[in-house]
Amino acid sequence: MDITRLIIVAVGGQGNLLASRVIGETALLSDVPVRMSEIHGMAQRGGVVESAIVFGDAESTIISDGEADLLVGFEPSETLRALNKCNGRTTVISNLSPLSPFTVTIGKAVYPKLSQIQELIRAKTGRLIAFDARELAEKAGNVMAVNMVLVGAMAQTGILPLTVENFKEAIRTKTKKAFADINLKAFDLGFAEAEKAG
Amino acid sequence: MHKLLTDSPGQKMLLLGNEAIARGAIEAGVAFASTYPGTPSSEISLSLFQMSKESDLYFEYSTNEKVALEVAAAAANAGVRAMCMMKHVGLNVAADVLMTLAYLGCKGGMVILTADDPFMFSSQNEQDNRYYAKLSGLPLVEPSSVEEAKEMMPYAFDLSEKLGEPVLFRTTTRINHSNAVVRLGNLRERKCKGDFVKNPFAYVCVPAVSRKLHVRLLENMDSAREEAEKSPFNLQKGEGKWGIICNGVSYNYAADGVKDLGTEDKVRILRLGFSHPLPEKMIRDFLGNCEKVLIIEEGEPVLEEAVKAIAQEAGLMLPIRGKTPELFSRLYEFDPAMVRKGIATCFGIPYAAPAVPDLSDLPEIPQRPPTLCAGCSHRATYYAVKKAAEGKDTIYPSDIGCYTLGFLPPLSMADFVICMGASAGTACGFSKVTDKKVVAFIGDSTFFHSGIAGLINAVFNQHNFTLVILDNGTTAMTGHQPHPGVDMTKLNMEGYGRISIEAVVRAIGVEHVTVIRPFRVGKSIEAVKEALDFEGVSVIISQEICSLYAKSLKEHKGRPFRVNPGKCKNHRNCIDDLACPAFYLQNERVMIDPELCWGCAVCAQICPENAIVPVKK
Repeated sequence: MDITRLIIVAVGGQGNLLASRVIGETALLSDVPVRMSEIHGMAQRGGVVESAIVFGDAESTIISDGEADLLVGFEPSETLRALNKCNGRTTVISNLSPLSPFTVTIGKAVYPKLSQIQELIRAKTGRLIAFDARELAEKAGNVMAVNMVLVGAMAQTGILPLTVENFKEAIRTKTKKAFADINLKAFDLGFAEAEKAG
Repeated sequence: MHKLLTDSPGQKMLLLGNEAIARGAIEAGVAFASTYPGTPSSEISLSLFQMSKESDLYFEYSTNEKVALEVAAAAANAGVRAMCMMKHVGLNVAADVLMTLAYLGCKGGMVILTADDPFMFSSQNEQDNRYYAKLSGLPLVEPSSVEEAKEMMPYAFDLSEKLGEPVLFRTTTRINHSNAVVRLGNLRERKCKGDFVKNPFAYVCVPAVSRKLHVRLLENMDSAREEAEKSPFNLQKGEGKWGIICNGVSYNYAADGVKDLGTEDKVRILRLGFSHPLPEKMIRDFLGNCEKVLIIEEGEPVLEEAVKAIAQEAGLMLPIRGKTPELFSRLYEFDPAMVRKGIATCFGIPYAAPAVPDLSDLPEIPQRPPTLCAGCSHRATYYAVKKAAEGKDTIYPSDIGCYTLGFLPPLSMADFVICMGASAGTACGFSKVTDKKVVAFIGDSTFFHSGIAGLINAVFNQHNFTLVILDNGTTAMTGHQPHPGVDMTKLNMEGYGRISIEAVVRAIGVEHVTVIRPFRVGKSIEAVKEALDFEGVSVIISQEICSLYAKSLKEHKGRPFRVNPGKCKNHRNCIDDLACPAFYLQNERVMIDPELCWGCAVCAQICPENAIVPVKK
């Protein structure tokens, strides 16, 4: 089957690894070949966490520069930093709620303007879907559900060879029971927001 | 029940590489496992540790890799299947055991896993541990995928028992930290009790015995080579006059590359999963079918040199390429596009590189280096030492752990870091040849691992420095594993001793020993000043639990702090000196994120206006 390549970038603590796990389990439910790799050293200490997920008939678990079909950034400046993974056809989904790097908080560096980040991504890739995922997560009932909001948006694009039903099944069975309802609501909100983006 | 103990052969499970390896060991009937934690191997031992709590598997976190390998070597020589795992540099620590254990061999199957880290995602070097197989004469297997890592584990145990030699099992980060769907196999029964039969002429490595054992090792290498010739993990794929010889994850990139280039009918691949000793006949035959060969291997040209030697001996003149400036580097890790390009270049296949957009007009994106957590005791200790040493010309040798992150500004509290335990040893040398004040830093787990010997050396040779032992009650960096100073009752675990760092330091003969609580800023600075003024070896033990560990133990009781805007005069000592991630600037004023603030109160104690106060309940 055709190969689809997904990159997810996030800041440690944003739940990127759980999102990857849900996507992996969805692929397992869908009988779609999947391989994923993650770099999560020092994740709890504020560093960047990157997951690469390859669907289809490929042996590799990592994705080279310029070869992602879908890039999902949990944090706007991290989305921008990962643009080297994109090409002119890549679809990009980005959360627009920034987490200031420590260099910015102490006034040693400047955070790029959100409008500039979006313009640059639009100019260099196929399509950008950008919204405040934190706000939607709060609406779903837990600010930690940013990851499931973004998984919902990924599902809406139809780029991944996975069905909404299987995504929901994986969220129901593979995330903590106490959060399953919030996670499902977050998924739906993310899905609807991506739909609005058209 | 632990998911990796699931007894339903054929079931599919999405597993992390390290979980798949642990499952493979369980399927092999491993009964004994030991380790010292180190990324990227840590989740293997974590899984085995968890499973040992609900089964008869014995697992231990040993003091260091050398001890771990000794412990496992004895178990294996008593006939029990044993596994010892570590990160690549850990094998340097255990190398003394490894080299002579190869002479001695083993009775029960024994697998020694080394987790290499090309690109150094979380290591101080990217050494290629395939050389240890060559150096020791031991068989080496290396999987290409998560699924294969699981399949290879029972094979490695069987091979070890058959040959009577430990088997080296080499992974790289992209195996350890990849996920894939794995099909569970049958669980073999664990044999947990063994027996040791005395035979000094086989087990006591004095010169006369070792001379005989070396002969035995070379004979075993010949047997191992025969095994490699027929191993299912040395596999060939494809037809054609162009050949690729590869190993590990490079195989994945090579297989994908050949397909992407549409050259499956022109390229044959030899993937070596059992790569020491090499199957020389298989390689000779492969070369005989090729006009040109490309060797694809991350790291050092281990296969390349060996294959060239085999070709030379066989009188084969075909070009064999590998590490050259236009093809592959010895640096860092490979990726699919890099390998695709290498294949195209080597064989003259038309190829278009992926179109990366022009990113030259991107603004500078602020870096996001990992930092010490909010409430991290290391920050407080560093602050105290820095203040106490004001006006002194200092050198700060440091060690391996979270605290190494203190090398970044504004803390800038690490000047020289090599390897585990080296802070104490290097402090000896610096203090002898310079006139600067030397203050060395070492974590609690690292102190037990290999810092003690350096401190003994300092006392014996009468060196002059201060060693600060950062005791946060756990092995924090690798994910809160126990060490000999940890209170195991906090983890609801019984049957463990507990070694006091202070008692060890005093027993070594250090005359000036002080225990501080680093969150008490003023007292800590005074105590450090006294230690720095002491002529000779002084030790500060800075005790405060790791904030992440406290959180996982539900021990955290601190109340967050806030900046009182009426009192704050914007000196910014708090941000500039501590750089705690809970701080942020809003409209050029310092604020504290109550979600991140730990309540350690260190900033409140250094604010000249006393403007940092607890959040009201």
